[in-house]
Amino acid sequence: MRITEQDLEELSIGAAILGTGGGGDPLIGKLMAQQAIAEYGPVELISVDDLKEDDVVFPVAMMGAPTVFLEKVPAGQEGYAAVKRMERHLGKKVTALCPIECGGMNSMIPFVVAARMGVPVVDADGMGRAFPELQMETFGVLGVPGTPACIADEWGDVVLFETIDNMRLESYARAVTIQMGGYSHLVDYPMNGKQVRDTSVRGTISMGIEIGRAVLAAQRDLRDPVQAVLEATRHSIYGHGIQVFAGKVIDVSRRTTDGFAVGRAQLQGLDEYSGQTMVIDFQNENLIAVVDGHVVASVPDLITLMDPETGIAVTNERVRYGQRMVVIGIPTPEIMRSKAMLNVWGPQQFNLDIPFIPLEEAYPAFYQHVGVPPEKEFRLSAARAR
Amino acid sequence: MSHRLGIDVGGTNTDVVLLNSDNEVVAKTKVAVTTDIVTGIRTAVAQVLDSSGINPAQITHAMLGTTQVTNAIIERSELNDVAIIRLGAPATRAVKPLAGWPEDLRERYAKYSWIVGGGHEFDGREIAPLDEEELQSIAHCVKGNVGAVAVTGVFSPVNTSHEERAARIFREVLGEDIPISLSYQLGSVGLLERENATVLNAAVSNVAKRATLSFQQALVDLDVYADLYLAQNDGTLMSVDYALLYPILTIACGPTNSMRGAAHLTGMANAVVVDVGGTSTDVGVLVNGFPRESFVAVDVGGVRTNFRMPDLYSLGLGGGSLVIEKGDDVTVGPKSVGYRIVQEGRAFGGSTTTFTDVVVALNKAKVGTHEVDVPHELADTAYKMAIQKVAEAVDRMKTSAKPVPLVLVGGGSVLLPNEFEGVSEVHRPENFDVANAIGAAIAQVSGRVDRIFAMDKKSRDEVLEEAKSIAFAEAIRAGADASTMEVVEVEEVPIAYLPGNAVRIKVTVAGTLASYHAESRVNSPDVRADANADY
Repeated sequence: MRITEQDLEELSIGAAILGTGGGGDPLIGKLMAQQAIAEYGPVELISVDDLKEDDVVFPVAMMGAPTVFLEKVPAGQEGYAAVKRMERHLGKKVTALCPIECGGMNSMIPFVVAARMGVPVVDADGMGRAFPELQMETFGVLGVPGTPACIADEWGDVVLFETIDNMRLESYARAVTIQMGGYSHLVDYPMNGKQVRDTSVRGTISMGIEIGRAVLAAQRDLRDPVQAVLEATRHSIYGHGIQVFAGKVIDVSRRTTDGFAVGRAQLQGLDEYSGQTMVIDFQNENLIAVVDGHVVASVPDLITLMDPETGIAVTNERVRYGQRMVVIGIPTPEIMRSKAMLNVWGPQQFNLDIPFIPLEEAYPAFYQHVGVPPEKEFRLSAARAR
Repeated sequence: MSHRLGIDVGGTNTDVVLLNSDNEVVAKTKVAVTTDIVTGIRTAVAQVLDSSGINPAQITHAMLGTTQVTNAIIERSELNDVAIIRLGAPATRAVKPLAGWPEDLRERYAKYSWIVGGGHEFDGREIAPLDEEELQSIAHCVKGNVGAVAVTGVFSPVNTSHEERAARIFREVLGEDIPISLSYQLGSVGLLERENATVLNAAVSNVAKRATLSFQQALVDLDVYADLYLAQNDGTLMSVDYALLYPILTIACGPTNSMRGAAHLTGMANAVVVDVGGTSTDVGVLVNGFPRESFVAVDVGGVRTNFRMPDLYSLGLGGGSLVIEKGDDVTVGPKSVGYRIVQEGRAFGGSTTTFTDVVVALNKAKVGTHEVDVPHELADTAYKMAIQKVAEAVDRMKTSAKPVPLVLVGGGSVLLPNEFEGVSEVHRPENFDVANAIGAAIAQVSGRVDRIFAMDKKSRDEVLEEAKSIAFAEAIRAGADASTMEVVEVEEVPIAYLPGNAVRIKVTVAGTLASYHAESRVNSPDVRADANADY
């Protein structure tokens, strides 16, 4: 699939939905990628199955403060500089790039570098959504070392990291990033084709595009955009998304703790949810959704607030009293739900004292009806058994 | 006794009020907007002079709210060429200026656009030294080719020095006559949106100049030699000199004038204001007497900007909204007969069913000249639907579930009921129909700052004092009397992921017009010197 400027338009809408309330506004990333494609030509998006065993794949991303890159827009060659340094360090030429996360801003960054280098982007990532920290990637949890890693600034300064674990990579990279002006471009978890096949969440970029396309088509044809989004997820490895609530925001509280935006939004139900209250806790991204004391969706499943009229995702920093919202849940791909994975990003890792409850188990009747991807079949039988 | 004129040129009507120095309405009028704008103003002002019998010499101030700048951007008329300068290289080149602009504007403005070495980091460090040599050569290159210059530096809301130095370089080469727009004066953090606002501002500088001159002329024609002020987006005034530098700040003054008028007429400082016109209804919120500001990017003529705009919720519902029955479905608006309601509406003898007719048929208001016959069920459905829309809009604009007072203004507000869910009381002030012109005439002048400050080297009090003194200087520059200035709003927002306790601080101060409050002092040399010292 050749990615054009229009595809990026669609991806920016879908990536905001997969950003689950955080992930950074895809706008600047989209404009960067569009300028790169206008300058160097379209980028090929390839499937994980197209990778050869000895392909050399680098995830590229931005890290740092969204407030800063909205103001100090990147130069455009930072990611390229980091990739070239990594090539020199490994003594290998890169054959494909991939995103670390498909939600928000970072869905776009590989396209900026890929256009310039004339290499494809792999349709897969390490989160299947957005998360706040570097060690929260399937690559790392499944044993790929985060380092060697490179970060670069707009001058072409590059810092190379070799750390004994991925938590250290996260903290050292963040320290250098501040010195670089608040954000940096990053290459980490360098992999061969086989490692990408074994550790990545598949098909996430094309699903982002498909979701965005569904929203735009629904807007054009005056159909319900929320329904269109849910249907667009149906044939992916995620499985059918579900509307879990519709209501009005009646309270939002936020504070900044250790660099994270932490808070809670409360919604009062409307229409079929009338008389019910939903509470959503977030730490940059949405973590759990609770209706009248019952958890209906929890991290790592995706929880997104959407404007019911436009189908556009509303980020946590934009949520305010009085807005009408539809809340949707999208089951996270099964690879994200193993015990090892939940030890990194289950609800307890975000200081929430609840077990992870998959959407398929919270809504068994709905999933019996719409079905689930083959690898999630056991979720239905588990629900049936109860 | 001195008098003031408040003039609001909207989409349909030019409203003019004449106020005495006790802020009482001496005369008011509404005339249809004319194509050239000025003729309508002249007619309306002549009418209030006539009906009041006031000697034009007693009019000391004239305050104008105008849509001229907005129209110029939407219609792409009379825009001038602009040299677009971004200070940020080697950063910021990944997204060039004008990205995301509508094709026609982008083609036109791409010719004179540069990204030059300079700009700052979030903490005030330089990204690169300002490339003065390149700025010199750009200045020589654009000399004679552009009508204005727009300068945007990375993190100029934190450190203004590069933008100011660049302005001096352009000034030296281009002379005094070319307007130079600096981004830190217009928007907050968010480079592309601020740059867009700055370029648009520069592009309308000719429109602003011509509009202001012709307003002045219209008044002079009627022997009115008043000090002229323009109403701006936040519900305050700016002197003509300031408005010529930052004309884009007039772009949403219509609704904000109505809100300021509503505050003045009811004496309420905190309330939801519903302004009902012929085609649309604007819902806004008064906070401490001023319109609440929007904190999301706003599209102007298809361009995404972040300069200060009122937080409004607009509905396609007004007195002239069409009521359409399609099978079992009934819709009210967004299509409207607008000002033609006086010919086409049933209540005026026409044959089109409008929202006004529905209200009249239900006997909920007396408007027009004719009996209205609309089937009761249709009228009832349409009315309930329309009121529901307004109620929802009011609810959206509230910041908490607590009931708030509501003020109804605008010609169409007679159509709305006295009770809304979630509303503690409904106010219908006298002269509600010209609240916008009154809002312009009673307006104060303001000054503000919206920047990121690092708190690691200074105490919180020192930083707040610094922010306040910048806002005070701005207000004086806009024409405020220093002795009347008050802090209207202080907001501190900590910035995530940054060290040095970076905080975004917003301070707004407002005061009475220096020239109005103390006419004798205006011309005294020490006050002038004071005002100039803060440039």
